[in-house]
Amino acid sequence: MIEVKDVTVTIEGFNLLERVSTTCMPGTLTALVGPNGAGKSTLLSVIAGDRASSLGTVRLAGREVSAYSVRELAQIRSVFPQGSVIRFGYTVEEVVAMGRAFRDLPPADDQRAVFDAMAASEVGHMAIRNAQTLSGGEQARTTFARVVVQATPIVLLDEPTAALDLRHQEKVLASAKQMAAAGATVVAVLHDLNLAAAYADKVVLLEAGRVAADGSPWDVLRQDLIETVYRQSVHVLEHPVRRCPVVLTT
Amino acid sequence: MSAVNASALARPADRVPLFAVAVGLSLVVTFFASVSIGAVSLSLADVLHAVVTRFSAASLSPDEALNEAVVWDLRFARVLTAMIVGASLATCGAAMQGLFGNPLADPGIVGVSSGASLGAIMVVVLQISTFGMWTLPIGAFLAGIGTTFLIYALARPGQDGGDNSKLLLVGIAVNAIGSAFAGYLTYLATMEQLQSLTFWAMGSLSSARWITVGISAPLAIIGIGLLYHWSRPLDLLALGERQARHLGVDVKVLRRKLIFVTALLVAAAVSFNGTIGFVGLVVPHLFRLMIGPAHRLLIPFSAAGGALLVMLADLAARTLDPPSEIPIGIIMGSLGGPFFLWMIYRSRKFGIAPA
Repeated sequence: MIEVKDVTVTIEGFNLLERVSTTCMPGTLTALVGPNGAGKSTLLSVIAGDRASSLGTVRLAGREVSAYSVRELAQIRSVFPQGSVIRFGYTVEEVVAMGRAFRDLPPADDQRAVFDAMAASEVGHMAIRNAQTLSGGEQARTTFARVVVQATPIVLLDEPTAALDLRHQEKVLASAKQMAAAGATVVAVLHDLNLAAAYADKVVLLEAGRVAADGSPWDVLRQDLIETVYRQSVHVLEHPVRRCPVVLTT
Repeated sequence: MSAVNASALARPADRVPLFAVAVGLSLVVTFFASVSIGAVSLSLADVLHAVVTRFSAASLSPDEALNEAVVWDLRFARVLTAMIVGASLATCGAAMQGLFGNPLADPGIVGVSSGASLGAIMVVVLQISTFGMWTLPIGAFLAGIGTTFLIYALARPGQDGGDNSKLLLVGIAVNAIGSAFAGYLTYLATMEQLQSLTFWAMGSLSSARWITVGISAPLAIIGIGLLYHWSRPLDLLALGERQARHLGVDVKVLRRKLIFVTALLVAAAVSFNGTIGFVGLVVPHLFRLMIGPAHRLLIPFSAAGGALLVMLADLAARTLDPPSEIPIGIIMGSLGGPFFLWMIYRSRKFGIAPA
């Protein structure tokens, strides 16, 4: 469970986040959406413990995030970062296995978990390739497999689909949804409102560092709200198969 | 899309055992070659005999006594020093390259070597002699460690973001100030002082004695052991500081520990023997190409490879122009320079930017 309460992040007199509050329950997938610069990644990095909030608190599993040691944090939350890099020629398999390096799980299961995660992300066939030679999308899938292998109760994804093709966007979010179904608390920063609509249990819409709306996809992805926040005229339909909202620009 | 299972993939044969055997054999052969070749050349039988006689109570012929003295008091101490220096510099190079995520990082990247140089120059030019014959190594050691701490304190890494780049920038600034000061002192130096400075700057293992081995060996063993112990977190640093943290590495603490151990090991190696370049740069890079970047293998292989390289270079230094010695730094430079060029060329060819 993630409890964000009145979080404010101030840098050089400018509020990146202003009194942001929300709660994410285990077993759910929350999508963080909003225009560029709304504070989505900042909020995610505060939740991840990368950045301290100026005011307010973030609690992970009931305990304040700043009270955890680095090692303890690695046991409860994993992070898919924006813009992954890898130095030196580690293989894909080695990179994925790094997710387990400081995870207090039986090492005997590591190999199995790494293989399974690589198969799920469809990077199994390049297990022994140098990770530096991968395309952006392949690298993102490798990173996602690494996050899966870490097997934490809280999963934070910062634009996990940004570099991916159509199929892998769906695959990654389906995996994220699966982790949620297995009991994890998943939060994903998403730019594609339709992916958010299709997979999220809850959508948090940020605008200039504040929460503009927080609720189910149908509650948040409303024409009036989106048009105000994004300053772009849209039309909202119902997805003929998924029965979730579909946002079209007009 | 192929759903190939990673466990069913055809994997290339594991060449690590082969490399391990090759490096191990070369170490043994080079060790005995280094002990037997020199101003007084000995056969392998002489060497083995000399090793045994040290432990026997039997009285020795003058020849045997000489051989024993050469083997034990000169060669062993010197060859062991070569191994300690090489292993220290190469493992520290591997660790600093891992920490800075840059294959071109050098063990002296945080100012140890240049600080030690400044210390040596100060001792020589200002004619400090507080510790007698030990003044120069002690001065170089203290100045090396001191410079690293100064750089670390000024950069104060640990705040969020870009810590390593700040450390590098502060390091460049401090090094510039240090070398200006060193230049000024050199400008003041007399002819004779210049000569000894030049000699120090080019490096030599001729000061190797059992006492120096006794001082540096425990330090090297503990230090390299610690670097090996940190090999897993070093691997994770390849993902960048932020992601390493996500995976459970306390980067702030790890960086402090790595820099501390590296400063100690490099200062110990450099202060007795002068600057010996390229070992820390070339050896880890070479092994990364052969056995991959994982530090659990890279650290021990670098230790062995560094020991091997410095033993060979010292052997060349002693024997190419008898009876005088060529400074080991010159040999390293003439080997290391071309290798460095090749490295840069290679990294361009494979599209992997050196930085």
